Amino acid sequence: MEHMELVRLATTGSVDDGKSTLIGRMLFDTKQIFQDQLEAIEEASRRRGTDYIDLALLTDGLRAEREQGITIDVAYRYFATPKRKFILADTPGHVEYTRNMVTGASTADIALVLVDARLGILEQTRRHAFIASLLRVPHLVLCVNKMDLVDYDQKVYDEITDEFRSFAARLDIPDLRFVPVSALVGDNVVNGSDNMDWYSGSPLLEILENIHVASDRNLVDARFPVQYVIRPHTMEHQDYRGYAGQIASGVFRPGDEIMVLPSGFTSTIASIDTFDGSLDEAPAGLSVVIRLQDNIDISRGDMICRPHNQPQVGQDIDAIITWMSESVKLRPGAKFAIKHTTRSARAMVKDLQYRFDVETLHRIDDTAELTMNEIGRVTLRTTAPLFFDEYRKNRQTGSFILIDEATNNTVGAGIIGGAAL
Amino acid sequence: MATLAGVSYQISHLDALEAESIHIIREAVAETERPVLLFSGGKDSALLLRLAVKAFYPARLPFPVMHVDTGHNFPEVLAFRDKIVEELGVDLIVASVQEAIDQGRVTEQTGINASRNRLQIEPLLAAIEHHRFDMVFGGARRDEEKARAKERIFSFRDDFSQWDPKNQRPELWSLYNAKHNRGEHIRAFPISNWTEMDVWQYIGKESLDLPSVYFTHRRMVFERDGLLMADSDYIMRRDTEEVFEADVRFRTVGDMSCTGAFASTASTVDEIIVEVSTTRITERGASRADDRTSEAAMEDRKKEGYF
Repeated sequence: MEHMELVRLATTGSVDDGKSTLIGRMLFDTKQIFQDQLEAIEEASRRRGTDYIDLALLTDGLRAEREQGITIDVAYRYFATPKRKFILADTPGHVEYTRNMVTGASTADIALVLVDARLGILEQTRRHAFIASLLRVPHLVLCVNKMDLVDYDQKVYDEITDEFRSFAARLDIPDLRFVPVSALVGDNVVNGSDNMDWYSGSPLLEILENIHVASDRNLVDARFPVQYVIRPHTMEHQDYRGYAGQIASGVFRPGDEIMVLPSGFTSTIASIDTFDGSLDEAPAGLSVVIRLQDNIDISRGDMICRPHNQPQVGQDIDAIITWMSESVKLRPGAKFAIKHTTRSARAMVKDLQYRFDVETLHRIDDTAELTMNEIGRVTLRTTAPLFFDEYRKNRQTGSFILIDEATNNTVGAGIIGGAAL
Repeated sequence: MATLAGVSYQISHLDALEAESIHIIREAVAETERPVLLFSGGKDSALLLRLAVKAFYPARLPFPVMHVDTGHNFPEVLAFRDKIVEELGVDLIVASVQEAIDQGRVTEQTGINASRNRLQIEPLLAAIEHHRFDMVFGGARRDEEKARAKERIFSFRDDFSQWDPKNQRPELWSLYNAKHNRGEHIRAFPISNWTEMDVWQYIGKESLDLPSVYFTHRRMVFERDGLLMADSDYIMRRDTEEVFEADVRFRTVGDMSCTGAFASTASTVDEIIVEVSTTRITERGASRADDRTSEAAMEDRKKEGYF
């Protein structure tokens, strides 16, 4: 079978941007919409009295969403080209859904941000770009949509891209691309366009197919959060003791000298096992079982790394938090359960320094609390040391969630800036 | 990022999906007390079971499997279920719809479109309660159906086993929240991100065994609503519905009374992959009568505790 790569995409925007049409167009033109789905939404559109086929009905899976004609939640869609399999997290664009956008962006390799060519860069566009940059989505593609409604005018496109470029310079976006499209007509979505000779770049799908994502993974800092200890207790494997987990970053090989945190014990990797045999090397992303030369006490939540390349170890953490709960607020002094890699502890909010105005990106000092969809900078004190890296260097060991201990709900998403001073 | 010259650390989509699923399964088991895996003998649960075995290898599977038995199964699928269970040496729990009917806990539907699909909810929940399971693995995929596309990988169920789609826990990165109180449980869907095509490609790559009904075979069928229904004691025919013999296969396998076949001569996984890549009909559309009831049929069943 041909080698296909898995790529995660996040799209944000509202119906007004033509986002649903764009996604619908991509799914339709790559033949991922099936006839029975099309017939079902044709009929549903007719019943609702819309005079066009509402492609949003494809992704709006919940009754409440269809009734209200809005996207409430993240919807996952799947499509594939011969080279790549895409997982698309489609999130609503309005400010009251910031938390959904953060969710979609948390795992994305590529963020797709839509702009209406007639309206240009809006506050909403800036917010989407800010969130993509905050969550360290490595690639951002700005789609200038509805080019058909501005007569495919290059000047309009240039103005928009220039303005966005100067705004993006304030953010941290490693790779920025632009494409002028008309989702409705199909210009530059899957196929090229005869209407914009001045555009020499590729259509959107070709861009998505060719953005190099393999090297976005951190393959330098070897980090292996221990997830589960495997002790078979069978005659065949009497003395087997292996540490199961998914490699967070870096590459591990048999013979590597390693260190275990928090104990600080060192040992050597005896083998890296899987159901399908032992591996000569295992890069970030694989789920494996590591066996060590020495019998040392290791349990879930411990971290295997290299003696000369260790994560930071600490209980005082500086982080940016997106608040996700309507009923619970984040205030200094509040306590939560924290989950970081495979490690669980409790955390207290020591300080809330500021929050962002997500429309203007200004920092608002004098902030007493974070409420739903607000993003702010905090200092946390945890009951047990965490083994972490800065989020900008390592999305796996730099992220955590906060859980409300009364309701067990996930209430906050945190990205680590570093150790708090 | 530095890489060794000539060494590619690129991971194929199937390896990436496998690694994600194994991570989810281990996380679920590490964070709960009493897990169980729903195993119907269908292709998705066969895949899920294989991934679970891989997650704990070389140790044995640390939890039992459960089959919600409608009593209207394809005999081929039951035989496959028993064979796999024996091969792996895992414990099998059977939650029986027939028993629930006999004991008066649920009422059999009547009429031409009678199906035991919805009746599975009661015995499933009763078994979860009886065995005090707090983590239930299911083989649902997000590409199957639009309500499933919205469900979390770790999906919280209250003490009535209800799913509340408007009040789901945010799920970020690969950090899953399995916290729950006594009496509540988590449904985990480790193959959420697999598509029908991924499943078949993986089955081919792993040479996974499947029930024979997935491949072409001769069978007595009759046509209803565009589906070819297997002629059996479990389904009432109208006088106008004539039985004929045809080469068919099933794209999904569930209760015989609501799973339809379609004409196909695909006899190998490779041939099925070709078929799947050219079809214009979704998996459930091609085989499930139960989802045609309404636009929100699946969402409504799920809210009541369905998988």
